[in-house]
Amino acid sequence: MRTFALSKQHQFSTMSTLIHEESTLEQAQDLGLLPEEFEKIKEILGRTPNFTELSIFSIMWSEHCSYKNSIKWLKTLPKEGPHLLVEAGQENAGLVDIGEGVACAFKIESHNHPSALEPYQGAATGVGGINRDIFTMGARPIAQLNSLRFGKLDSNHTQWLLSGVVKGIGDYGNAFGIPVLGGEVFFDESYSSNPLVNAMSVGIMNADDMISATSRGAGNPVYIVGSSTGKDGINGASFASKDITEESAEDLPSVQVGDPFQEKLLLEATLELAKTDAIVGMQDMGAAGITCSTSEMSANEGFGMTIDLDKVPTRQEGMLPFEILLSESQERMLVVVKKGQEKVVEDIFEKWDLNAVQIGEVTEGGMLEYYMHGELVAKVPAHDLVLGGGAPVYDREYREPAYFKKNQEFNIDDVEEPSDLAAVGMELLGNPNIASKRWVYEQYDSMVGTRNMSTNFPSDAGVANIKGVKSALAMTVDCNARYVHNDPKKGTAIAVAEAARNIVCTGGEPSAITNCLNFGNPYNPEVYWQFVNAIQGMGEACRKFETPVTGGNVSFYNQTAMEGKEAVPVFPTPTIGMIGVVKDKNKVMSLNFKEKGDLIFLIGESRDDIASSEYLASIHKIKECPAPYFDIDEEYEVQDAVKTLIAKGLINAAHDVADGGLYTALVEMGLPNRLGFDITGDAAVRADAFLFGEAQGRVVVSLDGSNEEAIVEALTEKGVPFSLLGHVTRGKMVVDDAHFGFIDDAVEVYNNAIGNIMEGKS
Amino acid sequence: MKFGVVIFPGSNCDEDLIYTFETILGQEVVRLWHKDTDLQGVDFVLVPGGFSYGDYLRSGAIARFSPIMESVIEHCNNGGYAMGICNGFQILCEAGLLPGTLLHNTNHKFICKNVYLKPATRSTICTAALDSDEVLNIPIAHGEGRYYASQEVLKQLNENQQVIFRYCDKDGVFNKESNPNGSLENIAGVCNEGKNVFGMMPHPERAADEWLRNTDGRKIFDSILASVAVAK
Repeated sequence: MRTFALSKQHQFSTMSTLIHEESTLEQAQDLGLLPEEFEKIKEILGRTPNFTELSIFSIMWSEHCSYKNSIKWLKTLPKEGPHLLVEAGQENAGLVDIGEGVACAFKIESHNHPSALEPYQGAATGVGGINRDIFTMGARPIAQLNSLRFGKLDSNHTQWLLSGVVKGIGDYGNAFGIPVLGGEVFFDESYSSNPLVNAMSVGIMNADDMISATSRGAGNPVYIVGSSTGKDGINGASFASKDITEESAEDLPSVQVGDPFQEKLLLEATLELAKTDAIVGMQDMGAAGITCSTSEMSANEGFGMTIDLDKVPTRQEGMLPFEILLSESQERMLVVVKKGQEKVVEDIFEKWDLNAVQIGEVTEGGMLEYYMHGELVAKVPAHDLVLGGGAPVYDREYREPAYFKKNQEFNIDDVEEPSDLAAVGMELLGNPNIASKRWVYEQYDSMVGTRNMSTNFPSDAGVANIKGVKSALAMTVDCNARYVHNDPKKGTAIAVAEAARNIVCTGGEPSAITNCLNFGNPYNPEVYWQFVNAIQGMGEACRKFETPVTGGNVSFYNQTAMEGKEAVPVFPTPTIGMIGVVKDKNKVMSLNFKEKGDLIFLIGESRDDIASSEYLASIHKIKECPAPYFDIDEEYEVQDAVKTLIAKGLINAAHDVADGGLYTALVEMGLPNRLGFDITGDAAVRADAFLFGEAQGRVVVSLDGSNEEAIVEALTEKGVPFSLLGHVTRGKMVVDDAHFGFIDDAVEVYNNAIGNIMEGKS
Repeated sequence: MKFGVVIFPGSNCDEDLIYTFETILGQEVVRLWHKDTDLQGVDFVLVPGGFSYGDYLRSGAIARFSPIMESVIEHCNNGGYAMGICNGFQILCEAGLLPGTLLHNTNHKFICKNVYLKPATRSTICTAALDSDEVLNIPIAHGEGRYYASQEVLKQLNENQQVIFRYCDKDGVFNKESNPNGSLENIAGVCNEGKNVFGMMPHPERAADEWLRNTDGRKIFDSILASVAVAK
């Protein structure tokens, strides 16, 4: 599939050939369509499509737009919940009622393929695209999060990608003016040539002000607003629907270019528009540009549109119809205006110095008719183009890979326990997967908007102040892809559970999730097995934690070409973005130790488990093992107990045990106030498993000694396992009377590890 | 006192300033749109942070030619008060209302974090009510915040007590480590000779809301309110 090469191969001499010449199977295959899909298109139209029409079908039926290889399984995910105002897939993003008349729109999306080729623009336009999804609905974005995956950090290529991606996210988001409140960065060689860039945006709005992505009412004018249309990003959706290979550099023109200033103008103009009742609906132009927005909006309620492509403001002269239709130029929207209200819309866009040009009107009958130079250049039925309409749906075969059985043979007794655990601890703190991501997040504006409640009060999830109401909004992105690789079902359930744990440790109640499903090639049955199992695990956990899936995105075809070897798929990475509500913002919980002498408790149980831990992977270099210990019911009980402790005001810090195990959790709690810990191990558990194992369902809390009796009583009543680990010290770290160094030294290693590598200091 | 917040299309700290002055400090605040020229009788103009017109050329370079800035320049030249924060500081420098200029940070990266400042003089309304040894914890968020001026200008600034804040460590010591962006002499903020126009890179409005658990920035605004009330 060499999509973009097409414009070089096929030189169209005249408009007339473009319109009147029948397209061929060869062209269809060049565009990524299967022979049977070409036949289906001919059947739908009752004739052979011309090239423009073929291009429209190919892009709308691409994996990226149609979800043809994933929708069957996505439909099994829970979509309903008590707080949902909009179900998954109905609008540009999910909408959750967070109380007091405020609704929250949020969504996560990938921009992996563009970022692999051009990390700066790829990441920047990823941020732009996801924010547009949010403000198109009439919500003002108030926070962003991102989830990034790269190859090993010691490689120059990874450093180039990381620098570019971080600068891209920063430059776009900082100018646009929305703070980054959370994120994760993970390094593994499976991502070496195919980084993952997942961006999430969270917005708030008055629940009654929602703008729908719909069109209706024959005769209503259709406007394009925002930037002009250029040749950038043509066929980006097709590009995102195939493997990254050595030839991918030829796809560079598929990468879009971002302009955060235009986006800011578009944001303000759109939100002004949301306050009027001048429009029927609005949709942003992301993948497949005008084609996708006109067809999805029309198909929603069975209307059609006539569009005059001559009226579209373009950056270049002489753009061909399919180029205008498929362009993915950024910062554009399609707006269906109520007839007679045109001036209202035009005035708002004039105020913000943006284009607002009528390019067509709504018609009865569901046909999309695109005209250029007075001639009909393409005529296609909207319904047959879209997901849930005529777009193909496939049931792919899947097969359990051999590695999965082999993983179960892992036995902790075969792993020798290191003699110097203090040294292991320090080494882990300097591991880029564990170390502070400060080098990354200090390049993002995290405070614009004066809502970030976590800046001076760090917590497991990011917390945004919702000004003027009692509640605050907690948010997090999580996925340990090593767990998912080793056991896709359990690993994905853990990702949901960890996200919920982060919300709960922050004092919140989990509300809903959005997902970004990054996998390899779906035509590989073993990759598809990972996908199917991940969805099943996600569904199970979302039902348990009552966090329905409001939407998200699927990114297949992520793989890394290893030198001299066959390309391998990236770790399956179903990133979970979760939001939750802290009903009383006075009760936001932080993660840092407060005072020397405070008691440290572990809620949940220590396990003799080191499976899938960073410790096992990086210290012992053992990769074949199961996911870490996880019991969804125990997890739920632990989280419920933490909620109770916070509600009763019995604890002064809570932090979940995750990557790097208990030791890392304790260091992270000590870090902000430079406090240490003195704890006792668990006789039933190996010391390395106690300190560095990543068994799930554990939370560390600290409390004033005067609350000891009350917490013991509360936890006993709840019936969850717990233990008194020890107490907070002035700075010394002690485990079973052995000196583990001072917090100041640990902080030095933890804070500077990534920066030292990136700035060439190590 | 009546405050006016200038709004350029790419301003993104405008609402934060309005929230701080209107909701937290209880002052009268009006919005001054960049295409207008009427200052609506404000006593004090606030130029917020952001990316005024995209700032693809040089931060603040285009903003100074906007209609509203003509009026702001006139207001300042007549002794009216104005304060620019972050991009606002850059714009006031570009407009010639403040001495010096702001260059790319020495590490060539955008930096967003809490830093420490100390007032360098108490001879301005921004610092009059502060303790001269008081260390304030205030966030920065900029890519171009390295203050630069010629030796001659610098000498004049020091002689006239026009440096209003310097970066320091949490104990109040001025050193290289506590200088986040490479500014000359750790300069974080300056004023004009008449001491009616102020500029600073750190964002006091981001440290003014009790919900964010840091109100050091509010002390600067309180100083302004107290000093002007006394002067009147």
